[in-house]
Amino acid sequence: MGLTLAEKLLSLKTNREVRAGDIIVTRVDWVLAQDGTAPLAIRQFMRLKKDVLFNGHRVIFFIDHAAPSPRRELSNDHIFMRSFARKKGAILHDVGDGIIHQVFVERYVNPCDIVVGADSHTCTAGALCAFAAGFGSTDVAVAMAFGKLWLRVPESYEIVIDGRLPKGVFAKDLALHIAGKLGPGGATYMALEFKGDLIEHLSMDSRLTLTNMAVEVGAKTGIIELDDVTCRFLEERGRPPRYRDMKADEDASYARRLYVDANDLEPLIALPHRVDKVVPVSKVEGKQIHQAFIGTCTNGRLEDLRITASILRSRKVHRDVRLLVAPASREIYLKALREGIIDTIVRAGGVILPPGCGPCVGVHLGVLGDDEVCISTQNRNFQGRMGNPNSAIFLASPATVAASAIKGEVTDPREVLS
Amino acid sequence: MSVIRGRAWKFGDNISTDLIVPGRYFHLRSKPKELAEHAFEDINPNFARSVRRNDLVVAGENFGIGSSREHAALVFKILGVGAILAKSFARIFYRNAINLGLPVIMLDTSAIEDGDLLEVHLDEGVVIDVSKNLSLRFKPLPKFLLDILKAGGLIEYVIASKGVTAFHEV
Repeated sequence: MGLTLAEKLLSLKTNREVRAGDIIVTRVDWVLAQDGTAPLAIRQFMRLKKDVLFNGHRVIFFIDHAAPSPRRELSNDHIFMRSFARKKGAILHDVGDGIIHQVFVERYVNPCDIVVGADSHTCTAGALCAFAAGFGSTDVAVAMAFGKLWLRVPESYEIVIDGRLPKGVFAKDLALHIAGKLGPGGATYMALEFKGDLIEHLSMDSRLTLTNMAVEVGAKTGIIELDDVTCRFLEERGRPPRYRDMKADEDASYARRLYVDANDLEPLIALPHRVDKVVPVSKVEGKQIHQAFIGTCTNGRLEDLRITASILRSRKVHRDVRLLVAPASREIYLKALREGIIDTIVRAGGVILPPGCGPCVGVHLGVLGDDEVCISTQNRNFQGRMGNPNSAIFLASPATVAASAIKGEVTDPREVLS
Repeated sequence: MSVIRGRAWKFGDNISTDLIVPGRYFHLRSKPKELAEHAFEDINPNFARSVRRNDLVVAGENFGIGSSREHAALVFKILGVGAILAKSFARIFYRNAINLGLPVIMLDTSAIEDGDLLEVHLDEGVVIDVSKNLSLRFKPLPKFLLDILKAGGLIEYVIASKGVTAFHEV
């Protein structure tokens, strides 16, 4: 019997054939943490009484969750991270560089790498055919020290997506559709392997949206086979891939198969407070909103900002709505500036936030008031996520969020797309 | 650690790490004792001030979904919670708890009610609901995880078995 892509990647790294269910200790290529998880990881690392990192060029810290810091306690956490990184020779991306998962994909990851990240959305990098998963600070501390990690080789779900996305429908709608089908625990401990005719034609920006949301159904990671789109993405960044071909065996064994015909999809929205309470946007049209947020590791990429600008061009954000837009990285911010996208958004009445997580984590830059409603491109709408348990969050694509920001109420983007 | 006796605090399905330690207390992550005072604040404001040593958090499906913040497991450790019992767990939370030496037990929790007196026998794989005179079985943890738990967490496990653990061998 053949191997799934997850089994293949872990077998490659451990130099033996490993199968779903095996508990293994594997070497890792990258160890990541952000300002919400790195301080605890550093303190746990110090308890190991090991003076040096396994490899400082492979340990990367990011200041993105509270960036720039809104409180002195967090400023002190940042000082702690910077000082540790300097002393131990770790890489640090400071305020303004962007979100951990985006910067990592732009600048570091290579196909077939094993990535340990103290952030649940580390699975995003699976779009480049890496085995990337989220862990807590203690696992990351041990990986920082030894460059190793214990894990259970996951079973995989095969998610086959054929067809083409209709007008007004995007990768985010697809991700929401899958979340709605599987539910928040529907793929716990699994690897999602995305394939099919649509995936082959999907841009890297869109692929990253899909793998980003794998964790919202409980999955350990989401992976996409290595192909020309991946190789081109890496070559454009001067990082030619070590491997050019990596896919699951034809006769691999999957725990479950989910088939999606993209042609049948329409713009979707997740209702508060569950990622899987997914309905067509048309079912909640007219619901009043107070804040609209476009950004995050799910949808803060250039493609997302382009569609946002195309909707906002010669239109105005509704007077009762705050439209907040955060490019996911400095690279994206610069490209958006050059393309005139930022100009369009600001003219329309939007507010540009620094590259980073923005208001998604409820720390700063757009905390919701009591009974306020936000429509956001982020991946989570748990109660209290944006800093206030008495507020509500709807999740949708950048097109739906931009259209809603103009109308002041939940709006199907097909009404405004020319 | 092998027998834990305490009262049940019952919660529902899909309890997120945002409900365990809300993001608005992000700035307290480096002061975990203060953070622990806010545990479950939005769903049971009595929890943090009334929970006693060895009390048990009992939940439904998919406990600990969402963010990787290990602080969500750490606050239970700080408050002296003896173990977490749930029908199922989100995977990162599950690892985090074990890595901090906090037992996590997967079993059908439907019969357990808030306030029940429970006895957890980790090695035998039994939970006794003393209030209901019920005995509930669960599959004991794999040896590797039980060893980490018994050491007091992953850091302690790695230090204690220096030179011989899998981490040094591979």
